[in-house]
Amino acid sequence: MATRGYRAGDEHHPDRIYRCVGSLTIARAATTERELDLMPDGMTIDLSGVDRMDTVGAWLVYRAVRDRGAKVEGASHEVHGLLEQVRQADKPVRVVPEEEGIGFKRTVSELGEYVVEAGQVFYGLLNFFGATLLGFWNVFKRPQQRFRLNAVVQRFDLVGVRALGIIGLMSFLIGIVIGQQGAVQLRQFGAEIYTINLIGRITVRELGTLMTAIMVAGRSGSAFAAQLGTMKLTEEIDAMRTIGVSPIEALVIPRMIAAVIMMPLLSFYSMIVTIIGGGIYCWIDLGIPPLTFVQRIQEVTPITDLWVGLVKAPVFGFVIGLVGCFQGMLVEGDAEQVGLKTTAAVVQAIFLVIVIDAIFAVFFSSVGWI
Amino acid sequence: MSISSTLPEGEKAVICIRGLRNAFGDENVQVVHNQLDLDVRKGEILGVVGGSGTGKSVLMRSIIGLQTPEQGEIRVFGENMIGREEDEAKNIRRRWGILFQAGALFSTLTVAENVEVPIREYFHLSPKLMDEIASYKIAMAGLPPDAGPKYPSELSGGMVKRAGLARALALDPELLFLDEPTAGLDPIAAQNFDELILSLRDKLDLTVFLITHDLDTLYAICDRVAVLADQKVVAVGTIEQLLALDHPWIQEYFNGPRGRAAAAA
Repeated sequence: MATRGYRAGDEHHPDRIYRCVGSLTIARAATTERELDLMPDGMTIDLSGVDRMDTVGAWLVYRAVRDRGAKVEGASHEVHGLLEQVRQADKPVRVVPEEEGIGFKRTVSELGEYVVEAGQVFYGLLNFFGATLLGFWNVFKRPQQRFRLNAVVQRFDLVGVRALGIIGLMSFLIGIVIGQQGAVQLRQFGAEIYTINLIGRITVRELGTLMTAIMVAGRSGSAFAAQLGTMKLTEEIDAMRTIGVSPIEALVIPRMIAAVIMMPLLSFYSMIVTIIGGGIYCWIDLGIPPLTFVQRIQEVTPITDLWVGLVKAPVFGFVIGLVGCFQGMLVEGDAEQVGLKTTAAVVQAIFLVIVIDAIFAVFFSSVGWI
Repeated sequence: MSISSTLPEGEKAVICIRGLRNAFGDENVQVVHNQLDLDVRKGEILGVVGGSGTGKSVLMRSIIGLQTPEQGEIRVFGENMIGREEDEAKNIRRRWGILFQAGALFSTLTVAENVEVPIREYFHLSPKLMDEIASYKIAMAGLPPDAGPKYPSELSGGMVKRAGLARALALDPELLFLDEPTAGLDPIAAQNFDELILSLRDKLDLTVFLITHDLDTLYAICDRVAVLADQKVVAVGTIEQLLALDHPWIQEYFNGPRGRAAAAA
């Protein structure tokens, strides 16, 4: 324990002596620092009572000597050694990297950086899109050697089959919610029967595909980014390149094919399950028997609605696969990047899906499929 | 005779392992250690060698509590380590530092912040003092001052090891665990690292538990060498003492072309 106090025979300057007793270690560092701060400059530090000292204790003493002209007394051989140790290691180090500029200037410069970065990402995405198309062309030209059937089938399983459970559950619940919300509103006009129209058309035309796309982006788009990102960190992709295997052909194309083919199938499945959910609600709450429900659905939902829904699905699948793989390939440096790029893959995929959905909506209404 | 893996009665050991058994796989069929005994003396640099798969890293993980052994007793600083409450174990963990094989630096923090992590965890110091402590630890680990604000992904392999060492030294430990510190370093960097460990041991009064494959390191800095084979520590001693044994693995290890080259150096 370090104490500060008087020493016999020094009545004239009693407060100028800081006497340490016991151990002067990191455990006492906070107190010792405070006590030393209270001492006047040019104090004398008496270390004769110290039986244990570590480098932190030595640093505190050394700092007092360096900055405040303190004198050290009674230091043992070991203590001298430690003081010499920290003296040699006295090289100030910055803890965090220097930040450039302040205030308004920094805001503007950061904004500029973001814009440039966004432009670069978009340019990179176009680049990657082109590389993927070229990859598809290469595979198409020589399917015997270049087409990796096993990888594609494995992705079918991961992207499609394993998603059936969660997409089914989600769709079923959404069917019930649409039915219930529709019935509550339409009942005010005595038009509950139109709940069937609502369920049929909104599901087949919009929601089935859109909800499936969001689920696939969250499940598989993120997985693509994380898998490729991790493979990049562990230099697997570099190894692949040097062996002469194109990562686009071996990794990206199977995932893209899986996403493009599975999206329409999953969307159709989602539509059917949503209609079943809505049908069960109508049966229980509105007393519409299932057979009547199915007949009405057939009558009120034009077949063009199904085309509208299904045409979009492979496009969404392509976008989800493309963005997922692209973000994965962008990973560089450390593990944090994998997380960042995975998040970016999901956010960008869902955003692009909604933008493309809006474009499709305008297009289909102008060709008269309303 | 010091070929025995345990110290004579009465001599105090920093690490004391008795009857350790570790096994993996379904129903623990793959036995890595069985009836393993080992003592580490205070103030020594103990090198631990053994072929790949003999469980050098598993042994270290058992001592530091990352792997719960199936059977056996492990004492560090005289305290039993198995089945401890987290709070009690913390007081022991404070007294050792560990350099993992790949550095295991926290990738979202700078080197200096990495060094401050253990200090922050245990003590409330002023930010200024903490930054100063990080600075001199970084210098002691032989890093240039401009390494402080760098992130781990910006460092070379040798610098990562030094940064890991600086973090291991953050709390002025009495005991230092090093898992293959010179693996992946060029010979000059490895030699410098050896010298650094030796000088730190002398200056800071450390006990060092050193896992290595590097024969030069063994010859240059280890006081004693423990040989892991046949699921236990078959011998502990100076290299001369080990050479006198006729264990086939030890003979092959130290008398192979690399072993002879390291001995000649």
